[in-house]
Amino acid sequence: MSKQKIVLIGNGMAGVRCIEEMLKIQPNHFEITIFGSEPHPNYNRILLSKVLQGDTTIDDITLNDWNWYEENGIQLYTGETVTHIDTAKQVVYSDKDREVRYDQLILATGSLPFILPIPGVDKEGVTGFRDIQDCEKMMEYSNKYKKAAVIGGGLLGLEAARGLLDLGMEVDVIHLSDYLMDRQLDSAASKLLQKELEGQGMNFLLGKNTQEVIGNTHVEGLRFSDGEEIKADLVVMAVGIKPHIQLAIDSEIPVNRGIIVNDYMETNIPNVYAVGECAEHRGVVYGLVAPLYEQGKVLAKRICGIEGDPYEGTVLSTQLKVSGVDVFSAGEIFESEQTKTIKSFNDWEGTYKNILIQDGKIIGAVLFGDTKEGNKLLSFINKRADVTEYLEAEKGEEAGASLVATMPNEEIICGCNGVTKGDIVQAIESQGLTSVEEVKGCTSASRSCGGCKSLVADLLECTLGDAFSKSNQKEPICSCTTLSRDDVIAEIREKNLTHTREVMSVLGWTTSEGCSKCRPALNYYLGMVNPLEYKDERESRYVNERLHANIQKDGTFSVVPRMYGGVTNPDQLRKIADVADKYNVPLLKVTGGQRIDMFGVKKEDLPKVWADLDMPSGYAYGKTLRTVKTCVGESFCRFGTQDSMSLGIALEKKLERVGTPHKFKMAVSACPRNCAESGIKDLGVVGVDGAWEIYVGGNGGTHLRAADLLCKVKTSDEVIEITGAYFQYYRETAVYLERTSVWVERMGLDSIRAVIEDKQNRIELNQRLDEALSVLQDPWKEALNSDRILKDLYQSVKVPAGVK
Amino acid sequence: MEKTLQRIKVATVSELPKDLGKTVRVGSHEIALFHLVNGKIRAIENRCPHKGGVLAEGMVSGEHVFCPMHDWKINVCDGEVQKPDRGCVNTFKVEIENEDVYIVLDK
Ligand code: SRM
Ligand SMILES: Cc1cc2nc3c(=O)[nH]c(=O)nc-3n(C[C@H](O)[C@H](O)[C@H](O)COP(=O)(O)OP(=O)(O)OC[C@H]3O[C@@H](n4cnc5c(N)ncnc54)[C@H](O)[C@@H]3O)c2cc1C
Ligand code: SF4
Ligand code: FES
Repeated sequence: MSKQKIVLIGNGMAGVRCIEEMLKIQPNHFEITIFGSEPHPNYNRILLSKVLQGDTTIDDITLNDWNWYEENGIQLYTGETVTHIDTAKQVVYSDKDREVRYDQLILATGSLPFILPIPGVDKEGVTGFRDIQDCEKMMEYSNKYKKAAVIGGGLLGLEAARGLLDLGMEVDVIHLSDYLMDRQLDSAASKLLQKELEGQGMNFLLGKNTQEVIGNTHVEGLRFSDGEEIKADLVVMAVGIKPHIQLAIDSEIPVNRGIIVNDYMETNIPNVYAVGECAEHRGVVYGLVAPLYEQGKVLAKRICGIEGDPYEGTVLSTQLKVSGVDVFSAGEIFESEQTKTIKSFNDWEGTYKNILIQDGKIIGAVLFGDTKEGNKLLSFINKRADVTEYLEAEKGEEAGASLVATMPNEEIICGCNGVTKGDIVQAIESQGLTSVEEVKGCTSASRSCGGCKSLVADLLECTLGDAFSKSNQKEPICSCTTLSRDDVIAEIREKNLTHTREVMSVLGWTTSEGCSKCRPALNYYLGMVNPLEYKDERESRYVNERLHANIQKDGTFSVVPRMYGGVTNPDQLRKIADVADKYNVPLLKVTGGQRIDMFGVKKEDLPKVWADLDMPSGYAYGKTLRTVKTCVGESFCRFGTQDSMSLGIALEKKLERVGTPHKFKMAVSACPRNCAESGIKDLGVVGVDGAWEIYVGGNGGTHLRAADLLCKVKTSDEVIEITGAYFQYYRETAVYLERTSVWVERMGLDSIRAVIEDKQNRIELNQRLDEALSVLQDPWKEALNSDRILKDLYQSVKVPAGVK
Repeated sequence: MEKTLQRIKVATVSELPKDLGKTVRVGSHEIALFHLVNGKIRAIENRCPHKGGVLAEGMVSGEHVFCPMHDWKINVCDGEVQKPDRGCVNTFKVEIENEDVYIVLDK
């Protein structure tokens, strides 16, 4: 039987993807010819933004290299455009006078950038942003010119603008609406985005209608309908795209906005199909790859003669690929009288979330700042899930894994690269993959925008079960290295490394000097591994920990002395009052940690304030034990069953000063009424009749978490022993800057309990902790006793005006 | 326009610990002086272009300082803020003569 002759017009993402699907179904069944106007093999158009932003190169974005075409016996004509189709004879004609007969013809001609119909757009220096050539043109212009104007404040325009900034140009973004990305974002998210991008250096001209491109042969600027003008050497048109359908029109294939297709991507001409951005399905023309890949799948089955589900349209989701900005939007985004919302706005962290609900179903969502939830929300929207299901999932601990477990195998996990759940699960199983990075390498999932990483991790977890622990996931310490915390600590131990610089050079850091992320982390790890010999590097510490005081926004500092267990006396209070008077301390405040904070102290005054106070440092600035809050307990309270104050004070005195991966807070309450809030502490103790309960992993901060019961013991001594062991185990196994609330979840409470329950472990952990504690002294005293420290760190230079 | 330059002694090299910043106030100027690990000494304006963070207290890595307020990374040689943030701080010329460190100011 002779092979079926397939011709594909358009060597782009949608068409080639459809061919790949066909080859998967029936490998040796077709004789395939592909025409492409561009001189390149099929590449990932999405990543042009990242090429422009300098994150990757043109060479790295090829999807199917020349070999792929050869290996699959595909006849490829690049740099060649099909100019006519004779749909009666079933022949296509190219601009190189080639004629090719087909049995089945796929049109995948994509789209063209929409160029505003205004005077001057034909001048040199006006470009769209669609292909490699446009990208190269912008890079070339950035070498010669300074000022760029991008018309269009949508996804494409903003990605282009960010790229041009990275190429060193000054960038004005002109947008017709008052809101950026107004088709994907609601006004609140849009304003947050604008603020963020302005911070990155973009300049916006909103509500502006461009009327003319001015200049001689070359662009010199733009004129707007209000008469205002700006200068520009390069103008990027990113106002939209229009389906590339001229060829279809000329060949009398029915079109509307795009080439009209049914649910099987068939046009109404026999044996002629269309996929991708050139196709119009149920009145919609799509401009993102996820739907185009779905279309390609449906069409591949059709051509192979396999019964398949029809294509019924796709809910769109978008993600902006600009570093430092996380934006996600999917489905409906505009509120109406029929919709309700779940909204949250965190000004401090710059995060925003708006979920739209209609008739109890989630129909759309906008996320800004933190987009981790994006893919999950998309899948709820696609399932038309009940909002209660979402709220339940949000509560449940295993939400992620159980959500992916219920997805069908065909569901697309990575929209950018069209990778399905089935593809990923199969790769994990057949190739023994165990990490997100490996899955990325084998399947391309999460290779483009990275938005689906958390779903990939959930899939690993649900496929491998216990064999996958999130703790195996190698997260590099920072961008100076690919090594994870565990790798680095293993190397420090094995090679006896003793200095941050040594670690960085022996382990091949990409920058010889490190950064503000890795240096404090290395300093901590080195000290943890070798507490007796390691000399703490003050240069690698954040200012608060270097100066032993908290910096304020105006450059002054705060001073918090210890008040063990929140217990004080008239003597201490008098001293604090006197010092506050003497140094004009602007604010005295009782903190949330049961002690007194003196705010607004000048750096030069810090040593004098400490000397006069003559109290130990409260380490309110440190990654170390902060406070041990206590309630009054049995000595005064009618319900108290235990001496909470004494235990709190004993714990604070024992554990103070030694460094931990993140701050560590404790509390001791003398009954379950829990007035010291032991349930939200890194370690909290609650007295019950004749015993103490020990709770761990609580947090009262950004991510509120109730503590878990670790164990129940009889005596205060046992509490101290267990607390010491637990504290040291956290010191030895947590990632720098990982609070215990996160650590407990990563390690698993049971596995921590198993370690602490073992008597021998407890003894050894406490020995190592005591060793680390043995060499520490109060940092304020240490500074006061060293002229060198006082000079190096606390003195500034003052030269009166007029001195030569 | 005529410019007068003023050369002011602010420290000796040995007074400046390496990889740390020092705040220098000259009249109304507030300057952050850094002794880099390669031995060079550099001076920039002591205010971060973001929200005015005190740069002398930042962590110094090679030729860059990380602002203690929100971690912007700033080159202490040319004053340029590093990607993805943008901006620039003034730099001041530093001269060293027999262990003495001078800052040169436009008047
Ligand atoms: C002074 C105080 C507020 C007060 O007026 O009461 C305070 C002040 C600061 N807190 Fe706090 N926190 C204070 C109690 C708390 C508490 C309540 C407590 O300890 O019982 C919490 C929630 C409990 C918890 O941590 O689980 C708390 C959760 C945070 C967080 C969020 C931590 C988290 O893991 O989510 C941060 C940010 C961080 O550490 O990264 C933070 C960071 C800060 C910093 C250091 C901000 C910074 O990095 O510059 C603030 C310094 C202000 C300044 O200019 O000096 N502060 N902070 C409290 C000092 C307690 C003390 O005596 O040491
Ligand atoms: C900068 C940029 C960033 C993007 N970012 C994203 C993103 O983050 N997420 C996302 O989902 N989508 C993104 N997109 C959109 C995505 O790239 C497109 O949806 C996708 O490439 C469309 O695929 P297609 O095959 O329909 O068209 P194309 O990939 O454009 O392929 C069509 C090809 O056909 C060729 N052709 C046309 N007519 C003829 C002819 N007569 N003869 C021969 N060849 C012809 C064209 O030259 C072209 O090479 C982005 C696009 C750009 C430009
Ligand atoms: S003191 Fe704590 S809660 Fe208050 S603004 Fe500062 S970090 Fe936020
Ligand atoms: S003030 Fe310097 S980073 Fe914000």
